[in-house]
Amino acid sequence: MSMNKALEGTGGWLDDRLHGARGVRVFFRKIFPDHWTFLLGEIALYCFIILLLTGTFLALWFKPSMTEMVYHGSYIKLDGVRMSEAYASTLHITFDVRGGLLMRQIHHWAADLFVAAIMAHMLRIFFTGAYRKPREINWLIGIVLLTLSLLEGLFGYSLPDDLLSGAGLRITQGVLQSIPIVGTYLSFFLFGGQYPGHLIIPRMYILHVLLIPGLFMALIGAHLFIMFHQKHTQMPGVGRTDKNVVGTPMYPYFMAKTGAFFFFTFAAVTLAATFAQINPIWIYGPYNPLAISAGSQPDFYMGFLEGSLRMMPSWQWVVFGHTFAFNVFIPALVPLGIVMTGAALWPFLEQWITGDKREHHVNQRPRNAPTRTGLGLAMVSFYGVLWLEGANDVLADHFDVPLYTITEIARVAVFAVPILTYIIAKRICLGLQRKDQHLLQHGVETGIIRQLPSGEFIEETRPVSEELRAKLVGPERPALPVGASGADADVPPPGMRGGVGRAKAWLNKVVNENVPEDGHGNGYGANGHGDEGQAPAAIGSGDTEDGSGHH
Amino acid sequence: MSDSTAGHRPGDHEPSGHEPDDLMAGLSHSGGQDDDAHDAGPHRVIGTPSPATSRSLLGGPEGNGAGQPPAVQRELPSEPDDPVGAKRAERIVAACFLIAMFAGLAFIAAYFIFGVHTVTATQHSNLALGSTMALAFIGLGVGAVIWVRRLMPNVELTEQRHPLRSEAADRAAFKQTFEEGADASQFIKRPILRRTLIAATVPVAVAPIILLRDLGPLPGTKLDHTVWRKGLRLLNYGANTPIRPADFSSPGGMITVVPDGYQDNFDALAKAAVIIIKFAPGQVVYTTNNHPVPGKTVQNWTVDNIVAYSKICTHVGCPAALYEQTTHHILCPCHQSTFDATRGAQVIFGPATRPLPQLPMTVDAQGYLVARSDFTEPVGPSFWERGPSI
Repeated sequence: MSMNKALEGTGGWLDDRLHGARGVRVFFRKIFPDHWTFLLGEIALYCFIILLLTGTFLALWFKPSMTEMVYHGSYIKLDGVRMSEAYASTLHITFDVRGGLLMRQIHHWAADLFVAAIMAHMLRIFFTGAYRKPREINWLIGIVLLTLSLLEGLFGYSLPDDLLSGAGLRITQGVLQSIPIVGTYLSFFLFGGQYPGHLIIPRMYILHVLLIPGLFMALIGAHLFIMFHQKHTQMPGVGRTDKNVVGTPMYPYFMAKTGAFFFFTFAAVTLAATFAQINPIWIYGPYNPLAISAGSQPDFYMGFLEGSLRMMPSWQWVVFGHTFAFNVFIPALVPLGIVMTGAALWPFLEQWITGDKREHHVNQRPRNAPTRTGLGLAMVSFYGVLWLEGANDVLADHFDVPLYTITEIARVAVFAVPILTYIIAKRICLGLQRKDQHLLQHGVETGIIRQLPSGEFIEETRPVSEELRAKLVGPERPALPVGASGADADVPPPGMRGGVGRAKAWLNKVVNENVPEDGHGNGYGANGHGDEGQAPAAIGSGDTEDGSGHH
Repeated sequence: MSDSTAGHRPGDHEPSGHEPDDLMAGLSHSGGQDDDAHDAGPHRVIGTPSPATSRSLLGGPEGNGAGQPPAVQRELPSEPDDPVGAKRAERIVAACFLIAMFAGLAFIAAYFIFGVHTVTATQHSNLALGSTMALAFIGLGVGAVIWVRRLMPNVELTEQRHPLRSEAADRAAFKQTFEEGADASQFIKRPILRRTLIAATVPVAVAPIILLRDLGPLPGTKLDHTVWRKGLRLLNYGANTPIRPADFSSPGGMITVVPDGYQDNFDALAKAAVIIIKFAPGQVVYTTNNHPVPGKTVQNWTVDNIVAYSKICTHVGCPAALYEQTTHHILCPCHQSTFDATRGAQVIFGPATRPLPQLPMTVDAQGYLVARSDFTEPVGPSFWERGPSI
């Protein structure tokens, strides 16, 4: 009864002023579908919160200044060494602030996990088709967030002004300077003159702690609001359609679960920060443009750019006294451009090719979209080759392979591996589709062998379960409008004529390459058996042999 | 138990023991749920206008036949599915929270017990603080998960979606409202207002970009020159001592040198850092020209087989700091551009396009190595305004 009082007291007081009873009730009853991959985006969100908390702590002591000073602090190995205030204050946080090292390491690990979680989340969205209408806007916001996270990470690890991060900054400056026409100016404006100058750290600092986090908050807010408004997608399953959401309510279930998940994420980065040292800047020493350590590696998310720079052949043009440094700006901009632009355009390209303008709320299993899965994995393998090449010196050292050989292999592999990956992944998807169809048509093997009167041995099968069937078949969808995908019609529909139309028709055929359903096994058949007053199926596919599982 | 109130749960259907008839019933059950208006099955519909309606839906004749009273007035059951297991789960959850509490207290204690100020002390403090903090979070997380899974009744609710596209009437009304507003504002009717407004905003929008002009000076020809000039001594970096050719007893390693007077000037050193290497006679391929020639080192710019090259990689500017004595290769560790020190530091592998520029060198009256002049071409990474290298 005390609960009632509290509700009437505080809740009533608030409702008198904010009119929240109805809205908050709807919020409480918001349905969240369950699937482990839905947690990937939550990891990214919680990493962001952890980054804000730990970053604020670090900012209480960090001095974003390149003013030079002579160090006389706790770390005696660097006593008397000239360094910037930024580096000295990072040493102070590490060795003189209790918990400072822990917060620094949590901040760094959380940043790595943040980018990794965004990537994994986006791969999940891509491979399950969750970016499809109506979620294209959130997909685009996600791409911007990923790009910002790379930039934010780069700025962040450059701030301590240690030798390793200085090398990263030097590379960034070299890349900037290589951009045709505007590069030199961009570099001079960003650095306030020649490299390194005395302004880059305060400038990166304000971008790192204010501008980019502000953009993050606005975009994450929009991302969550849109997700909330459009409701979550769900994985195929019994009773899950494009017109409903099946899951547990926000209050108390999802609140408790997601709260627990926040603690797990925090625990994970804390454990990493406790037991796995990261970015020990006191070992690297202060930045010095003359010094560098061999085998130095950037944070993992920069590795693909590093590899891209490493594998590029030495191409350069000098035309009318102007230098096109293809060897630098192509590897720095093109791979990232291909991946990000490709990802941004794909939902719209897919819609144009397939003519599918329907809303989709039930995710697809990757195998049921072989071309998309193939393309996505081709991109992953492209990224993977670049990333491995970024560690070519480490690989050469570990596996005792000549360094140049690895680079030469990578130069071929960066083209060959994605193509092979596409072909193989697509074949695997089609094979898995056949397996699913076999299961639907012939049932699950029981391992029971029976001898027929004729002497023939057969294996008993039993029908697939309701859950498995729902998972394999996916939700029922209204048919596409006539002409939207008339690739194999005798007379091409208007949209499929002419050069562009024929290209579209061909692409449509590629994108829709699936195992034919043989007139059974499309899974809609079960709808014919309405009972318990359920609505008849929108599309009946007649005979329902499938699923009964007998020979 | 909760099936009656929570509605349909796929997990409740255990297919293995079913007869085919049951299976087909289950299948059709699953297939026809797209139409909410007719969905009189055991589905709980969230977000319907009146809770009373939902309740009647729930308690309707289709019910679920679990033998419980139909007039259940709640959407969520209040009791756990398994009251006996819940009792045990409650104790486990409480234990988890107690562990989290003690871990939190231990964290606070560790903060005061463990000092810092040395590497070892800091690492011990880190270990103590981190492990107690992680344990506190794990206790909270595990406790909450067990709470949800074992204590909160298992439910799965269904919420209906509605097409995101607004009703035609709403769209039409919006269009009208928008047009009315546009008309009332006179924005379309009075082009002179519209055009002058646009004309007014353009400079205001450009102004902030102009404000950024003072971010940095214009490049000018700053990238074409370094601080090296005629007679400037080469100092051994670190020791900061001038170098005599005779100091090299034998051919061998690579030494980093800096211009005298600029030892601590990073802006100068970022371009002016130089490496010198002493070769045995006959190792270097020389040209007798007084300018760089591809694949050759300018002999007049060397002193007693000592050669000076820029240390700044021509790729993206890392220090080309690795030298292999047996092959005379200079390697930049960042992206592995490799230069042949015996042949004018020409590129033999990697992404760099240009050799490391050679610093013209001679000896002064006291016999110390000095620059003969600045580099004869820009050092470091390529840039747009840079001309052909040789």
